[in-house]
Amino acid sequence: MTSIAKPKIVHSGLARNVLGLTVRDYEGGMSTLCAGCGHDSITASIVQACFELGVPPHGVAKMSGIGCSSKTPAYFLSASHGFNSVHGRMPSIATGASAANRDLYLLGVSGDGDSLSIGLGQFMHALRRNLDMLYIIENNGVYGLTKGQFSASADLGAKNKRGEENRQPPIDPVQMALALGGTFVARSFSGDKEQLVPLIKAGISHRGFALLDVVSPCVTFNDHEGSTKSYEHAREFNLRAIHTDFVPPEEEIMAAYDEGDVLPVELHDGSRLLLRKLANDYDIGNRGEAIEYLRTRHRAGEIVTGLLYIDESQPDLHGANSTIETPLNQVPYEQLCPGPESLAALQKRYR
Amino acid sequence: MEPTDTAGTEYFHRVVDCQWACPANTDVPQYIRLIAQGRFADAYLLNRESNVFPGILGRVCDRPCEPACRRGRVEAEPVAICRLKRVAADNRGDIEDRLPRAPEVRNGKRVALVGAGCASLTVANDLAPLGYECVVFEALDRPGGLMRTNIPAFRLPTSVLDDEIGYITRLGVDVRYSSPVQSLKALLDDGFDAVFVGSGAPKGKDLRLPGRDASDRIHIGIDWLGSIAFGHTKSVGARVLIIGVGNTAMDCCRSSLRLGAKDVKVIARKPRRFFKASEWELEDAEEERVEIVVNYSPKAFVMENGKLVGMQFEELEYEFQGDDIVGQKVLRDVFLPCDDVVLAIGQENAFPWIERDLGIGFDRHEVPVIDTVTFQSTRPGVFFGGDAAFGPKNIIWAVKHGHEAAISIHKHCQGMATTERLPRGVNLTTAKMGIHEWSYSNGYEPAERRIMPHVELTKRFKKLNIEVELGFSVEQIATEVERCLNCDIQTAFTPKLCIECDACIDICPVDCLTIAPNGDATEIDERLKTPRQNPTQPLYVSEPLPQTGRVMLKDENICVHCGLCAERCPTGAWDMQKSTVKIPYAAEESRAGEAQWQNSRKAG
Ligand SMILES: Cc1cc2nc3c(=O)[nH]c(=O)nc-3n(C[C@H](O)[C@H](O)[C@H](O)COP(=O)(O)OP(=O)(O)OC[C@H]3O[C@@H](n4cnc5c(N)ncnc54)[C@H](O)[C@@H]3O)c2cc1C
Ligand SMILES: Cc1ncc(C[n+]2csc(CCOP(=O)(O)OP(=O)(O)O)c2C)c(N)n1
Ligand code: SF4
Ligand code: SF4
Ligand code: SF4
Ligand SMILES: [Mg+2]
Repeated sequence: MTSIAKPKIVHSGLARNVLGLTVRDYEGGMSTLCAGCGHDSITASIVQACFELGVPPHGVAKMSGIGCSSKTPAYFLSASHGFNSVHGRMPSIATGASAANRDLYLLGVSGDGDSLSIGLGQFMHALRRNLDMLYIIENNGVYGLTKGQFSASADLGAKNKRGEENRQPPIDPVQMALALGGTFVARSFSGDKEQLVPLIKAGISHRGFALLDVVSPCVTFNDHEGSTKSYEHAREFNLRAIHTDFVPPEEEIMAAYDEGDVLPVELHDGSRLLLRKLANDYDIGNRGEAIEYLRTRHRAGEIVTGLLYIDESQPDLHGANSTIETPLNQVPYEQLCPGPESLAALQKRYR
Repeated sequence: MEPTDTAGTEYFHRVVDCQWACPANTDVPQYIRLIAQGRFADAYLLNRESNVFPGILGRVCDRPCEPACRRGRVEAEPVAICRLKRVAADNRGDIEDRLPRAPEVRNGKRVALVGAGCASLTVANDLAPLGYECVVFEALDRPGGLMRTNIPAFRLPTSVLDDEIGYITRLGVDVRYSSPVQSLKALLDDGFDAVFVGSGAPKGKDLRLPGRDASDRIHIGIDWLGSIAFGHTKSVGARVLIIGVGNTAMDCCRSSLRLGAKDVKVIARKPRRFFKASEWELEDAEEERVEIVVNYSPKAFVMENGKLVGMQFEELEYEFQGDDIVGQKVLRDVFLPCDDVVLAIGQENAFPWIERDLGIGFDRHEVPVIDTVTFQSTRPGVFFGGDAAFGPKNIIWAVKHGHEAAISIHKHCQGMATTERLPRGVNLTTAKMGIHEWSYSNGYEPAERRIMPHVELTKRFKKLNIEVELGFSVEQIATEVERCLNCDIQTAFTPKLCIECDACIDICPVDCLTIAPNGDATEIDERLKTPRQNPTQPLYVSEPLPQTGRVMLKDENICVHCGLCAERCPTGAWDMQKSTVKIPYAAEESRAGEAQWQNSRKAG
């Protein structure tokens, strides 16, 4: 028999979340990516995180651009809204969606090509605006969909499948986000769900732009020897600097912890993050130090992962613009657009 | 935990739940697949290899496979395995020329078989094609044992019995009817090389209560059913009480309705969950408006003017602790009027014809001491099987005993040790046909079990032998075959190929795969993605994986064998492989012995 779709089997061992939904209710269509693609694991982690958080699927908008990574919203949360934009232009569409309905959970999924090559400008501005969304870059160092050309995140000296070396320096979205004032900056690895799932939950709960760069091996074009984004390489050089525990609002913090080692962070929705240092020489909560640390470890060939920086105090796009609490798409038309007389009156004030 | 050894036979054999649960290890998924392909004759012959009587068993088997069936763990009801067996039998056409035949020249060994029930018939079925001269002694004038005398024709038509028994008797088996064996000693003196006792458990239990001997309207269930089958009993009173609530009781109450009874009550001492009858037999009886009365304990048969008028009972109330009865008290005395009483409270072995000085050991309950593997008694050359061996069971167990006894008889007659038997084996071959193509129907569709259509209530009581179950329609067959989850198509794992990409973990629709650090059994249990619900089901622990040293874990319990793990695995670390369990029969033993003999001749 030919390939079949994943059947929806609600077996008795399946847990239910606060909404009474099972993890099956957060799944999507059958993936058409290559078997073994890291992106599929990120899909599974998004499904798991949304299920655990109890996010109502219809309250989510999945935003993406073009690329294998950008195809994945079809494979999770089939009951959610979504927009598959032009290559590299998802941030503007997301900005529009957020402007119109600030109550949406915006979940952006992009690739290293989509965000760091063609879409770099859009990406930087969304971050700078502190748009309230989780922005995941599924980072495989190549343009997977167009058959494996080096992308802007490919490391110097990394080899492609035919043995040719990359000669241009990489753009690291994490360093860039720190430099541009990002309020939630994290990195993970698709093969490490234990780390990835809490980071997705934290990113969704954070108010503002949550950047999550995920090393996500392309099994077909970038999983060979000499690649710095292969499963083997990512496993060998993964440096987990910070461990993040996500504690939902309704739950008490059970584990006792040492003030010096653990930094508790309260998010605006009442959930808490417990950040625990795994790398002793890392200074949580210091932007400048963080950038320096990343540069040094990158020179040593290491991939630093974890929630590397968080600042809950900064206003997001809506905060900065003092928009009203009610989502604009719920404001009656007459109120949103009060007519030519009102416009004339406003213009008069500036004469 | 230590890596699981799947190379041995047991692991993959256990995964095929139905086959593992079937006493005769019928290859269920393969026969269902053959039915799906419309290959009814092939499906029938595959069945016949293991269970010998597919048409009979497809109607009346006790079906221990069904409660074990995997489908019942994913949906409410298991696959209708038994009903599909009947489909194979009903549509098989003429298959006689495909059956093994007895050789022209016999091998010179003579085997006596006592009784022509399913146990003896299985032994003859296995031995006659090897050249053995099988002589069956049967007390009655026709073959089949309880299948003919006790299982009513409305459940099992005589023609079905005749067909399947005919396949065996036509192998040149010498059946001597109306020939009760009165002395085992005499039989042994006749110079048989081996004797098989398949005489069943012919004695129905009696209920010694006041009034028992005062009426001829109090019947012993199995004798009464026999006399109905032979046409001696043609009617019964309007009100009948059946004492006991096992399968015999179900046949007695339903037979009463066909003999003219109007008010039939089945009386049980205990509440429903303690009943011995299978759930479907109870349902069938209740469909026919039989009343089942619980918590009544018989006290006396009541006579008036020398005539049975009813029975006296004590109504009981039980005290429970969990599922166990820990106490009882009598609530009141109750009288139930009736015209006939049928006692259906059990059967026993009885061997009045076996002399006790022949070296055949009996225990203190007068039950023969039989080896559970070889079925040999304490006297070499005398074997037991079926109900005669360990008391009343059912047809499929009797068949299993017959196969095993046939192996022993063959070994005994050839001067080999009966205990040295060929082991079982499992063959595996990949089911991959190409990209996204598997050699089995791997799609999972939710579908409820099909319900067997029955003859209308108003029509079925007109005659004694109207078969109630009509058989599946074409649509029902088509749906039911697809409900089988192909448990014989196994997930086979090659650890050294795994790159730990998690594709299999993410795709598995029932979350039965996990990659986690190894640990002891409790730690492993805690690390499983879905908690283990059925620890009797196999758990697979792989060798350490190359990249991280973690292990692949698989809880077989609810794997639906969809093949998606293998489909999504980029390296082929998971593969779907068709397993075939090799069960040796006397024929295999004979071929193995032949090969050994040839080899030793070459060597010598
Ligand atoms: C009412 C009833 C309903 C049943 N329904 C089912 C059912 O639906 N499904 C199921 O699987 N099982 C059922 N069973 C059980 C099943 O019939 C028996 O387990 C099975 O028939 C045992 O087979 P056997 O070959 O061991 O013995 P039997 O079938 O009892 O055959 C023994 C034969 O030996 C003959 N015999 C006995 N003594 C001598 C002697 N001294 N010399 C010569 N011949 C002798 C007897 O006449 C008989 O023909 C039922 C049993 C009863 C009583
Ligand atoms: C405007 C435009 N330019 C170029 C392309 C061709 N194109 C399609 S996908 C892609 C690269 C995608 O790479 P990435 O975002 O890293 O996704 P991946 O497939 O690696 O996950 C390119 C260049 C396009 N579709 N549109
Ligand atoms: S699903 Fe099919 S193979 Fe599996 S136990 Fe049931 S009948 Fe047997
Ligand atoms: S065959 Fe594989 S994917 Fe399908 S249920 Fe079994 S383990 Fe899961
Ligand atoms: S899909 Fe294959 S390679 Fe990937 S984790 Fe599963 S078994 Fe290993
Ligand atoms: Mg890419």
